[in-house]
Amino acid sequence: MITNPKDSAAARSRLDPEPIPRRDFLGLAAVWAAATAALFALGGILRLPKAAVLPSPSKKFRVVLPETLPEGEAFLPPRRSVALFRDAEGVFAVSTICTHLGCIVKAEADGFHCPCHGSAFAKDGAVLRGPAPKALPWLAVTREGSGIYVVDEGKTVPLGTRAEA
Amino acid sequence: MSADERAHGMNRFLENLRAAPRLFRETVFRSGRPETDRARSSFVFGSVFLHLHSVRVHRWSLRWTTTLGLGIVTLSAFVIASITGVLLMFYYKPYPDVAYETIKDIHFVVPTGRFIRNIHRWSAHVMVVSVLLHMARVFYTAAYRAPREFNWVIGMLLLATTLGLSFTGYLLPWDQLAYWAITIGANIASSPREITDALGITRFFDPGGLQKLLLLGSEEVGAESLIRFYLLHVMVLPIVLLALLSVHFWRIRKDGGLARPDDADTKLGPPDRSTYPVFTEAPEKTYHLAAIVRGKSPHVGRGPEKTLPSMPHLFTAEVGVLLLTAALCILLAIVADAPLKELANPAVPENPAKAPWYFLGLQELVSHSAFMGGIGIPMIVILGLSLIPYLDRETAGTGVWFGGPGGAGLAGFSALFALAATIGIEALVIRFGWLRQWWPECPQLLITLVNPGTILTVVYALYSIGLVRRYDSTRAGALGLFTCFAIGFIVLTVIGVHFRGPNWDFYWSPSDWPRH
Repeated sequence: MITNPKDSAAARSRLDPEPIPRRDFLGLAAVWAAATAALFALGGILRLPKAAVLPSPSKKFRVVLPETLPEGEAFLPPRRSVALFRDAEGVFAVSTICTHLGCIVKAEADGFHCPCHGSAFAKDGAVLRGPAPKALPWLAVTREGSGIYVVDEGKTVPLGTRAEA
Repeated sequence: MSADERAHGMNRFLENLRAAPRLFRETVFRSGRPETDRARSSFVFGSVFLHLHSVRVHRWSLRWTTTLGLGIVTLSAFVIASITGVLLMFYYKPYPDVAYETIKDIHFVVPTGRFIRNIHRWSAHVMVVSVLLHMARVFYTAAYRAPREFNWVIGMLLLATTLGLSFTGYLLPWDQLAYWAITIGANIASSPREITDALGITRFFDPGGLQKLLLLGSEEVGAESLIRFYLLHVMVLPIVLLALLSVHFWRIRKDGGLARPDDADTKLGPPDRSTYPVFTEAPEKTYHLAAIVRGKSPHVGRGPEKTLPSMPHLFTAEVGVLLLTAALCILLAIVADAPLKELANPAVPENPAKAPWYFLGLQELVSHSAFMGGIGIPMIVILGLSLIPYLDRETAGTGVWFGGPGGAGLAGFSALFALAATIGIEALVIRFGWLRQWWPECPQLLITLVNPGTILTVVYALYSIGLVRRYDSTRAGALGLFTCFAIGFIVLTVIGVHFRGPNWDFYWSPSDWPRH
């Protein structure tokens, strides 16, 4: 006898085929269980390439500012992407990594210029022209002694935060 | 066991031993010597490598004007790059500074090392050029149409993989060129921050940071990045490319060969008398295996087509293209050396720092907005191109150059339109600057949304929608859109390569660049 599985439950007897045969149900359940397990395994596998061991060279460094550094002129410690300035209110550090695509900006008389895509910044880091989406951030500076300062490249501070001169 | 029986066994053994070479040959080449059309057909059919081709090929596919051989040029360049790449791996060590030394060793010390490296470099360039031209050929002959829609999408993925292979190879020499191109590339990966920063949600949702971390394995370009790019370049991307290539080729065969007009046979006239006909008595219909292959057979209602055996007609053409490609790469390798600048210096960027030439169009867009130029617009373009075969369901002009409404005239006009639009907006930006100069406090989101790149994209899109209405044909719109993208790509690339100098300023010629 051929039964339409869509018939109402009341009309069906124990001997009629079930709406989803038990064998099919178990088979489908097994397939979906395997697929779910594979998906979770894939998630676990994909966690690996997300860099877990980050090289973390010290972002803090000590710098001695020359006594003769004139106001408004940038002091560029070698091998660091920071420009230090001294003015009447104190000492501050501006990052020289372009906020556009990470090139090192060049300090010039009128501010900073990026060689890669032509962004220009004022001495306080504000964007003057070009594609840079944000101002150059200010970095934490603390005074350690006369003319000696510690700069933390890993820590940005609000605009206008200075260390005493 | 009697002595007789032992002698008999020994004789059989000796007979088998004598026959072994012949039997071995017969188990390798099961169809015998490919001397007749029939044996050659079995030979192609029975070989796992050759059977990516169908046994017979239409004469339309063999005309060189149909394809210009561009797909095979791309494959050949990939094969050449793979072979030379493996050779380079014998000496290359993926560790900062050491990498640079080993490239110098390959270039100056290893016998033929410079030659092999040059061929590798040039075959990569040839591959990028030919894959772009191949895409243009498929588009302009309307060969992407049903049933080949998905193969066009696979082609998009192959284009992306090819560019990925080129880009990852760019870092490996660890010179200034490499270091700064990768710094820029990695920061483009993190450029969704341009939007998340503007919305102030980067702390909770930072896809840009994740992409950059996955690519570099670190916050900055260093040893972790080099090993990642090396792994992608020599292992992951080649495997992806091979898998996609197999599907790409297999589908050509399954889709009934290359696209051709319905009346291709009439256009070509009667075949050469020396070719053996497929059917001596033409049947009215051919049938697929019922219920296994969906849709109607390409032959139903048309009768058999006049095809040629793939072996030797198609194979000689393919080998010829391979040899020409190899000759081109070797010639270029003799004429021009692959560049190697000074050792990477993380403190001093190149000025100007230019990406490889095929990314300079993007770099020009990136110089307006990092996110839109580097991620947004490329995604829109790839998505737009992938959709074309699903929107263009017309049939007129399939397999013919500039087929469909409008034709070559429309393509030419679109090229002029795109040339004017692209040069116009670039000239405006170069002469007068953009929002930031006019209004320094302008919010970044506005610049991200309204910049020369997005305006061009919108202009192209409006233009092609206009064509759809005017010609009452999606194909006409697609023809306009593709031509606009192609011309835009060329114009922006030329500006990036030739007219941009230090600080990405505009110069009429590199000889005008200021000297330090």
